[in-house]
Amino acid sequence: MTAHREAHPRLTENDPRLDADALERERRLLERTWAGGRGVIAWLSEVDHKAIGRRFIVTAFAFFALAGVLAALMRIQLARPENHFLSPDAYNQIFTMHGTTMMFLFAVPVVLAMGIYLVPLMIGARAMAFPRMLAYGYWMFLFGGIFLYVMFALNIGPDNGWFSYPPLAGPAYSYGKRGDVWAQLITFTEVSGLVVATCLVCTIFKLRTPGMSLNRMPLFVWAMLITSFMVIFAMPSIVISSTCLILDRLVATQFFNQAEGGDPLLWQHLFWFFGHPEVYIIFLPALGMMSEIISTAARRKVVGYMEMILSMTATAFIGFGVWVHHMFATGLPQFGVSFFTASSIMIVIPTAIQIFNWIATIWTARRLQITVPFLYAASFFFVFIVGGLTGVMLASVPLDRQVHDTYFVVAHFHYVLIGGSTFPLLGAIYFWFPKITGRMMGDRLGRISFWLLFAGFNLTFFPMHLLGLDGMPRRVYTYPGAMGWQGLNLLASAGALVIFVSLLVYLVNVAVSLRAGAVAGDNPWGAATLEWATSSPPPPYNFTPQPTVASREPLWHSELRPPAIVGLRPDDREVLVTYLLDAEPDHRYSMPGPSLWPFLAAIATSVMFVWSIFQAQGVVWGSIPVFITLVGWFWPTKGKARLERGVTGRLTARESVS
Amino acid sequence: MSRLRQGLGGLGPAHSVALDVSELPTYGFGHRSLLWWATASMMIIEGMVFAMVIVSYLYLKGRVPHWPPSGPGPDLIWGTLNTIILLASCVPNALAKKAAERMDLAKVRLWLAVCLVFALAFNGVRALEFTALNVRWDTNAYGSIVWLALGFHTVHVVTDFLDSSVLTALIFVGPIEERRFVDVSENALYWYFVVLTWLPMYAVIYLGPRIA
Amino acid sequence: MTPHIQSIIHPAGIEAARISHLWWVMFGICAFVWFAVAAATLIAIRRGRHAASAATDRQASFAVASAGVVSVIALVALLTQSVVTGRALDSIRTPDALRIQVTGNQWWWDVQYENPTPSLRVTTANEIHLPIGRPVAIDLLSNDVIHSFWIPSLQGKIDLIPGRLNEIWLQADKPGVYRGQCAEYCGAQHAKMAMVVVAEPPDDFERWLAANRASAPVPVTPEQERGKQVVERGPCAMCHTITGTLAGGHSAPDLTHIASRSSLAAGSLPNSPGYLAGWITDPQHIKPGNHMPPTGLNADELQAVLTYLETLK
Repeated sequence: MTAHREAHPRLTENDPRLDADALERERRLLERTWAGGRGVIAWLSEVDHKAIGRRFIVTAFAFFALAGVLAALMRIQLARPENHFLSPDAYNQIFTMHGTTMMFLFAVPVVLAMGIYLVPLMIGARAMAFPRMLAYGYWMFLFGGIFLYVMFALNIGPDNGWFSYPPLAGPAYSYGKRGDVWAQLITFTEVSGLVVATCLVCTIFKLRTPGMSLNRMPLFVWAMLITSFMVIFAMPSIVISSTCLILDRLVATQFFNQAEGGDPLLWQHLFWFFGHPEVYIIFLPALGMMSEIISTAARRKVVGYMEMILSMTATAFIGFGVWVHHMFATGLPQFGVSFFTASSIMIVIPTAIQIFNWIATIWTARRLQITVPFLYAASFFFVFIVGGLTGVMLASVPLDRQVHDTYFVVAHFHYVLIGGSTFPLLGAIYFWFPKITGRMMGDRLGRISFWLLFAGFNLTFFPMHLLGLDGMPRRVYTYPGAMGWQGLNLLASAGALVIFVSLLVYLVNVAVSLRAGAVAGDNPWGAATLEWATSSPPPPYNFTPQPTVASREPLWHSELRPPAIVGLRPDDREVLVTYLLDAEPDHRYSMPGPSLWPFLAAIATSVMFVWSIFQAQGVVWGSIPVFITLVGWFWPTKGKARLERGVTGRLTARESVS
Repeated sequence: MSRLRQGLGGLGPAHSVALDVSELPTYGFGHRSLLWWATASMMIIEGMVFAMVIVSYLYLKGRVPHWPPSGPGPDLIWGTLNTIILLASCVPNALAKKAAERMDLAKVRLWLAVCLVFALAFNGVRALEFTALNVRWDTNAYGSIVWLALGFHTVHVVTDFLDSSVLTALIFVGPIEERRFVDVSENALYWYFVVLTWLPMYAVIYLGPRIA
Repeated sequence: MTPHIQSIIHPAGIEAARISHLWWVMFGICAFVWFAVAAATLIAIRRGRHAASAATDRQASFAVASAGVVSVIALVALLTQSVVTGRALDSIRTPDALRIQVTGNQWWWDVQYENPTPSLRVTTANEIHLPIGRPVAIDLLSNDVIHSFWIPSLQGKIDLIPGRLNEIWLQADKPGVYRGQCAEYCGAQHAKMAMVVVAEPPDDFERWLAANRASAPVPVTPEQERGKQVVERGPCAMCHTITGTLAGGHSAPDLTHIASRSSLAAGSLPNSPGYLAGWITDPQHIKPGNHMPPTGLNADELQAVLTYLETLK
């Protein structure tokens, strides 16, 4: 199949369209074209990836705060043996809500959100592909989270853990709507995640600015690309399993009922086939953030660009081949299970390579700057690695059969998730805060909150290794006083208090900086990537003129003077679509503007989802408003069509594809 | 990149060299279009769901000595007939796609309408397939997975019909521009996907009980 | 209770000892790795701050590759240790093992000592006695949801999955009392589904077994007789079994030898008259959500029942 590249873009020297006056005129036109508007309807119709990215981040952190409060309640209950602060039922709902919120409403959305905000800027594009679908993804995330918490407040929150194993979670042992609420929350968040991942893949593949061939993409963009593919391949598995669970509970299917030929282990396979890649979905974007922060602090490109990409890719692939390590205690045949020991140990290798490359980058830095973001990145080497090493221990079947489902595992996954994703994330927020808001976060408060978090985190979670080794299982609302576990539990609860204070300081830093932080220029950190080539915060259209690149670190190689793009219409939301491999210019594409349809479609979808867990016919009747909103969404408006005709002349068949 | 590289090096202050894209077209077919990539992503997503359904079917089959555990497998008549209808529908589908890529509005309208007739047919026969399964979804795990497999594909068959109807209406009513032809081309891709994913599902649902 | 009776690193049997050894080997290697990486990070930060390194990127990549090779070697060492331990754990299997069958229920353990001769079988609940030095094979079933059988002092855990039969092998080598606990979240009272494990010399074990084969003793005093009547005619008999009486329910622990057990409510309470009285009067207060309803006995009935149950040694 050959694509005819008939119309070539032209290079012109000393082009008058790049004069200061011409650019200023264009800026004014672009401001009008890309402006979001004011008022409630405009706010609900927002399609700018930066606005949506900000909303996603704020909403995800709001859920983080809620899940943190739940964790605090758990730690208060467990601070003393045989405590009566929480009833068993309250505790069981709370630990379920904590895990479900953290995994589905914080950890994944927040890393995808960083991608939503940063990726178009990093690749030199004016917008994210499919902006209305992106908005829909946000609303589905928000509505799903609201749904879950409203149900929790009504005392029908889920209570079977974040992985909801049948038969406990099935119709025979979990009465009422609690289990259905959990399963449908999954549907909301999976729709949101899949939609965002699709936007990211299309954006990264097709909207990169000319010159940014695949091997010139920033490592963070690679991380988001690989993560998006993981989302696309992994999430369908939990879509199926949660659907089967709802069907078992509501219409008496027998998927997980062994008495009628079903199998509880089918759930576990389907769930963990998603569940393990899920944690790599949470982890990989943080690896991208690490690369950007470290390279900027070290003032040099990361050592081993190719190795980093291959490592992230290998991690993603192998991540799909380890899921049975969550099932080592189920009695599966030894032969099959030992394959998963091997793969679970092997997956360490690419991450180790990345760690060594970062250390090498720091080692050969050109005057390393120990900024606050760098502190968060550096803590990875001390915190995540503990979790990575306990992960190797868990890969061993004999050892796992002792520590599985104990506080040792709780310690492990908090070390890898918080050390591997949350610490880098907090550093990344600090790092990109000036770009997003135009102001710097406070340095002193930044350092205080970092060290408090480092101390508090270790104080909370390190003792849990010892508790697990001493026999304390997971998911217990209390424990006997005679076991001797109360000392370590009290220590962990004290650490939780320190974490709480540290996050409060961080929040204060954000709030104060928003108002009174030092004004940031375009590139306060002296970083290399394209998002720092525009103002802080960027204009709605991201760049003018749209830059092209001639190297991997464009802002460190400005002497190469790659050309700037001219010829995109300022009176229409035009973006430049390029070819996949080499990012050569292909065609201009008119992006849709603000639209209320994504919001309305999300409302209709939410109504259908919630209705259908109460009545089966909700699926049928509820889909009618969804259909109506989708038709409204996709039906083109006349205004655009006129524009199109004006630009291209008569309808002709100029391009052909076999 | 060679054309761009020619413009580099020692040409004065930044941004004095411009890359003028104003004469590029405003659409592209196939993998050049954003919509193709979105459709491809969606096909991978849905394809993974189908794969998970098939894997679950085979898993449950391996857990019991007899499959189906009780009663006969589904009757072959409606499922096989529908397979033929679905495969046949690829012809008007292909013709619609080619017409779209030629931007031949009249032919696009014709073949989309023909596709809709086929869609009505395979939706109708699909309803009959459900009556010929010889098992209820709540009888046992076999019934559950068979209904899930058929039901999941039916969701695709129904949405394919609905979105093709809307697209056909749009093509008749307007407004028309080049991008609408890209929409027709991408919809044809999705149509192929719905037909192609039926083939392994047919094998699993109808031939699964008949293979030891 | 003494501490460390549920500890992975205080093994009381050969299988747990093998795993504990594996733990220490892995811990040693991993701790070394952590310190090495931490040191390298700190050194790197120091050098980076002073721009003190003249290494080229090629040299850096070589260093990375070398570290990668060392990591692979360390991982292979860990994998090898794990495989060796796995093989050693399997070697315990033997044809003349003691066979027990444990069935998990929400939230108690049904324990049956198997025997080809039906009259020699023993049924008890929430307590397991084991002869030291003899391999034991335990068949594991579930009556409701997924549970997990775990006695850390003796062996790793394995799940009890409805519709499946799992098997675990272990051996107690040090006499003593240990504690096991359910290790798969199984609902409201998962936290209080424990069991007492008594490892004793073979003679003591045989004596215990013989004593538990007997039916419940006939009541001697009128108070005991009255208690038996309350048990047989009241709610107790609907769920509990006391062999030799009319109480033949199967959805709750067997009470034939309740007085000789050291705990109540699956390891939640010490077995003494005061606790027993509280449990019988209001089980929901101690284990909210468990399946035993308040029995509604008045003070006289309760006293009689307690007197009778005390005889069930």
